[in-house]
Amino acid sequence: MPSLKEFRVRIASVQSTKKITSAMKMVAASKLRRAQEAAEAARPYAERMERMLGNLAGAAQGRADALPLLAGTGKDDVHLIVVMTANRGLAGGFNSNIIRSARGLVRELLERGKTVKILAVGRKGRDAMRRDYRDLIVGEMIEFGKKTAVFSEAQDVATKVVDMFNAGAFDVATMVYARFKSAITQVVTRQQLIPFPVPQATGGSADAVVYNYEPSDQEILAELLPRNLAIQIFRAQLENGASFFGAQMAAMDSATRNAGEMINKLTLNYNRQRQAMITKELIEIISGAEAI
Amino acid sequence: MADTLKFELVSPERLLLSEQVEMVLVPGTEGVFGVLPLHMALLSTLKPGFVEVYQAGAVRERFFVTGGFAEVTPSSCTVLVDDAVPQAQLTQAYAAERLSKAKALIERATTEEELKKARVAMAAAEFLTQSGALH
Repeated sequence: MPSLKEFRVRIASVQSTKKITSAMKMVAASKLRRAQEAAEAARPYAERMERMLGNLAGAAQGRADALPLLAGTGKDDVHLIVVMTANRGLAGGFNSNIIRSARGLVRELLERGKTVKILAVGRKGRDAMRRDYRDLIVGEMIEFGKKTAVFSEAQDVATKVVDMFNAGAFDVATMVYARFKSAITQVVTRQQLIPFPVPQATGGSADAVVYNYEPSDQEILAELLPRNLAIQIFRAQLENGASFFGAQMAAMDSATRNAGEMINKLTLNYNRQRQAMITKELIEIISGAEAI
Repeated sequence: MADTLKFELVSPERLLLSEQVEMVLVPGTEGVFGVLPLHMALLSTLKPGFVEVYQAGAVRERFFVTGGFAEVTPSSCTVLVDDAVPQAQLTQAYAAERLSKAKALIERATTEEELKKARVAMAAAEFLTQSGALH
């Protein structure tokens, strides 16, 4: 049994841990709210862009001169996987869930005899992928998303991906990130970026509109596609941000609860020990007095 | 007859404006065009310029945009922009800052692609400086 002093030291240390985790929980909760608002505010743009693109792509899909970003290279030998994680940890299973999914995807593709390249966005993902697939990593962006999500950063990632694609570095690009469902649920999602998956025509009346294009539809498409890529990445970054804080909040909440339980247990043991010592001392005094 | 159309101005970060308006002027790549209700369906790219919102026969809101897309249907006009600056923020100092930033970009550009991007930023900044809309 540890001494009384050791108990006191341990209780104090658990108490300060609890203070830290509960503070982190509060911070995560307030950041979560902001991240969630940002994610929701970005939705209109993505939705409208999707509508425009669906409209254009549907018409352009069957054409022989369709853009490679839309139609793909006609092969699927080389895959690029964009792994989006956070730069920091202490968020429960957030990063490891994304990494696990990415790793599964890599293994799957390798088994099917494909070549895999990895673009790591976020420090945690880079570190983990480095451990297993060091030679597959073709690029990393760890300065990404240091503060709040900024569109220009997403654009940088998109530019990089498009440049690589135009240089013929890969045929298919997939992005792995955590979609924000609620503060306690995040869904790890694999999303295909290139070639652009054309949404199935819903057959609604809105789709029937015939547009005039200025300049031509191909030129608009050539601008719209890379832009859409940036938007998808931006959206993933925002979703990831919100998911991160959600996961962190949940993790810190349970850490705080655990610390509380631990303090209770230690305090109980401490009191028991103290009582035992008092009893022992009393016995010593009494038996000492009787002996005289 | 419908005498207003639904106008939406959206940037990647948020929805900037969404309301019923009389007319909108949009700086298309092929020329500035006005959108009134019952305009034919149109998709256009944008060049640097001003998006002007007309209400009751006069300009009510004005945004400087660098580029983007416009989608027009008979009952609505949606403008997706990279970056929109409201009139109130367009000062001489702001334009000068933009210009110097664009210059720095051109100097720093190493690849063809970067240079192209920097030139676009430069053109936008120059347009703004010369537009006479500053205060």
